[in-house]
Amino acid sequence: MIVRSLVAILGLVFALPALAQAPIRIGAFLAVTGPAAFLGDPEQKTLELYVDKLNAASGVLGRKLELVAYDSAGDAEKARSYVKRLIEQDKVDVIVGGSTTGETMAAVPLAEAAQVPFISLAGAVVIIEPVKKWVFKTPHTDRMACEKVFVDMRARGATRAALISGTGGFDRSMRAECLKVAAKHGVTIVADETYGAADTDMTAQLAKIKATPGVQAVLNAGFGQGPAIVTKNYRQLGISAPLYQSHGVASKQYVKLSGDAAEGVRLPAAALLVAETLPEADPQKKVVVGYKSDYEGRFHQEVSTFGGHAYDGLMLAVNAMQRAGSTEKAKVRDALEATRGYVGTGGVVNMSTQDHMGLDLSAFRMLEVRKGDWMLVK
Amino acid sequence: MLTQTLLSGLTAGAIYALVALGFAIIYNASQVINFAQGEFVMIGGMTAAALVEAGVPLPLSIVISIAAATAVGLLLAKLAIEPARGASVVTLIIITIGASILLRGLATLVWDKKIHRLPAFSGETPIVLGGAAGSATLLPQVLWVLGAGAAAVALLTWFFRRTLAGKAILAVSYNPLAAELMGISVRRTLAASFALSAALGALAGVLIAPIAFTSWDSGVMLGLKGFAAAILGGLGSAAGAVAGGLALGLVEALGAGYVSSAYKDVFAFLIILAALVFLPDGLLGRRAAERV
Repeated sequence: MIVRSLVAILGLVFALPALAQAPIRIGAFLAVTGPAAFLGDPEQKTLELYVDKLNAASGVLGRKLELVAYDSAGDAEKARSYVKRLIEQDKVDVIVGGSTTGETMAAVPLAEAAQVPFISLAGAVVIIEPVKKWVFKTPHTDRMACEKVFVDMRARGATRAALISGTGGFDRSMRAECLKVAAKHGVTIVADETYGAADTDMTAQLAKIKATPGVQAVLNAGFGQGPAIVTKNYRQLGISAPLYQSHGVASKQYVKLSGDAAEGVRLPAAALLVAETLPEADPQKKVVVGYKSDYEGRFHQEVSTFGGHAYDGLMLAVNAMQRAGSTEKAKVRDALEATRGYVGTGGVVNMSTQDHMGLDLSAFRMLEVRKGDWMLVK
Repeated sequence: MLTQTLLSGLTAGAIYALVALGFAIIYNASQVINFAQGEFVMIGGMTAAALVEAGVPLPLSIVISIAAATAVGLLLAKLAIEPARGASVVTLIIITIGASILLRGLATLVWDKKIHRLPAFSGETPIVLGGAAGSATLLPQVLWVLGAGAAAVALLTWFFRRTLAGKAILAVSYNPLAAELMGISVRRTLAASFALSAALGALAGVLIAPIAFTSWDSGVMLGLKGFAAAILGGLGSAAGAVAGGLALGLVEALGAGYVSSAYKDVFAFLIILAALVFLPDGLLGRRAAERV
C-alpha cells in the first residue's frame, strides 16, 4: 500500500514538469496522396523538416513542437473529419493545412466554430474573401496571377488577349478571376476556350484562337500536363503572339515536359523558383535560398513553391506565438492578424483585419523560359 | 482551320483507337471488360519513360516496357482472374477495377507522382500540310500512332480469323464449356489474352507518351476514352475499335473547334449514347442474336 502510494506520488512529481513542458501541437491535414499529391507531399516534408529544425534549436517559447499530420488525400470529406479530430481529440494549438481549396473550405466552418487559428495552404480567393476571423492563407491568389500577367501584357503593348483554360477547379477559378480583372487592366478577352483534364491534344482550340482576329497575347490558366500540351501545340501551330502560363505550372517539370516549345513562355511565379538569380538586395533572397538548400539537402529533390507555402504557414504561426508570448488561441489569432513585414518564401506578408493573406503583386515575379531555365523579366 | 481541326481530331482519335484495341482482345476471350486496360497503357509509358531517363536507349526501353506490361498482364490473369474462375462476368469486371486501383497505387511507389515524357520517335518538327494561307500541321508522332494502330488491326484480324490460337480465343468466348471439351485450355487462353492486351496497351502507352505525356494516373482517363471508343465501334471488333476511336476524336475536335470547347466531352458522350440506343452493337460490332 505504502509502496503503491509512493509510486503514485513519485509519478505525480515527475509528471508535473512534463505537463508544464507539454509540446505545442501543430495540426496539419494535407493531400499527401491522391491527385493533389504534388501539393501535399512537399508540404508534409517541409513541415516535418522545420518542426525538427525548430525543436533542435530549443523549440518555441521554451517548448517543443509536435506535428500531428493527417493525409486528407485531396478529399473535402476526409479533410472535414480529420480537422474535427485535430480539434477535438488532438487538441492542437494551430492548424496549418488544406492543400486544396476544397479541403480548406470544408475545414473553415469547423475552425471558425472551435475558434482555432487556421492557416490554409490553398490558392483561391474565396478562402479569405470575405474575411473569416480565424482563417488565414499563405499562397498567392489566382487573381493576383491574372493581374500580374495583364500588367505585363500591357507593358508589351498587348490589349486583346485570348484565354485557354482547363476544366479543373484551379483552372476554372483562375479563368473567372481573369475575366473579372481584365477590364481593370485595360485588356479585352477576345477568345475563351477550354479543354478537359485528360485531353491529349488542344490544337482544335488553339486553331480557333489562331483564327480569331486581333489576338495579341494568349494566357493559359491551368496546371498538370494540360499546359505542357498547350505549349507544344501552340508551337506546332506556329502562333506568334506571346504565350503566358499561370503560376500553376511554375516548376521545372513544366519546362522539361514542354521542351523547346517552352522557350519564350512567360509566367508569374514566386521568388523561390529563381532563388539563386535574385539580386542580393532582394528582401526575400536570404529566406528563399535558405529554404531551398534546407529542403534539397534533406530530401534530394527539387524544391517547389507548394512546400514553400507550408514553410510560410508554419513560420507565420511560430512567429505569431512568439509575439503573443503564449499559445492561447485568441492571442495567437490577434498576433497573426497583426503580422507586418514577415519575409517568407511567398513574399513579404503584411496582414490586416481586411487582408488575411497580406501579399501584394510584388510577391509575384514575371519569369521567362530561356534555354530551358527561368529568367527574371526586367 | 477545318484541316487543322480534323488533324487535331485524328491525333486524339488515333490515341483512343489504340487504347480501345486492348479492350477488344480481352472482351473477345472472356466477355470481360478489363478496366485495368488504361493501367497497362500507363505501365508501358511509365516504364519506358523511367528507362529513358535512366539512360537506356529508346528502342530497348520500348521492348523492355512492353515485356514488363506483358508480365503484369499475365500476373493479373493468374493471381486475380483465374482464382475467380466460374464467377460471373460482372464479378470479373469488378476484379479488374480493383486491379486498376492496385496498379495505380503500385505505380506511385515504383515510380513517383510526377508527369513524365518520352522523346518523340522521329523529332518534333511539325509536318506542314497545304499552302501557306490555309496551312495545317501534324506532329510526326501522330503518324507513328496511326501506323501502329493500322498494323495492330491487320495483325489482330489475321490472328483471330486465320490462326488456331486466335480461333481458340474466340471459341472460349462463345462457349467456354464446349471449348474445354474440344481440348482448348480456357485457363491458358485467358492468360494469353491478358498478356496480349497488356502488350498492346503498353505499346499504346509508349506511342502516346511523346504527345500526351504519362503519369501514374494517366491510365484512368485514357482507359475511359478508350472504353467509350470500343463501345462506339462495337466491342470485340478490332476494326471497330479503331473506327470508334477516330470517330470519337473527330467529333470532339469538331465540337471544340466549331461549337464550344466547354461542351467537347458532351458531344462525344452524346454520340456514344446515340450509338448505344440506335446501334447497340456499335459501328462495326458483330450483330448478336439472342436465342429465345
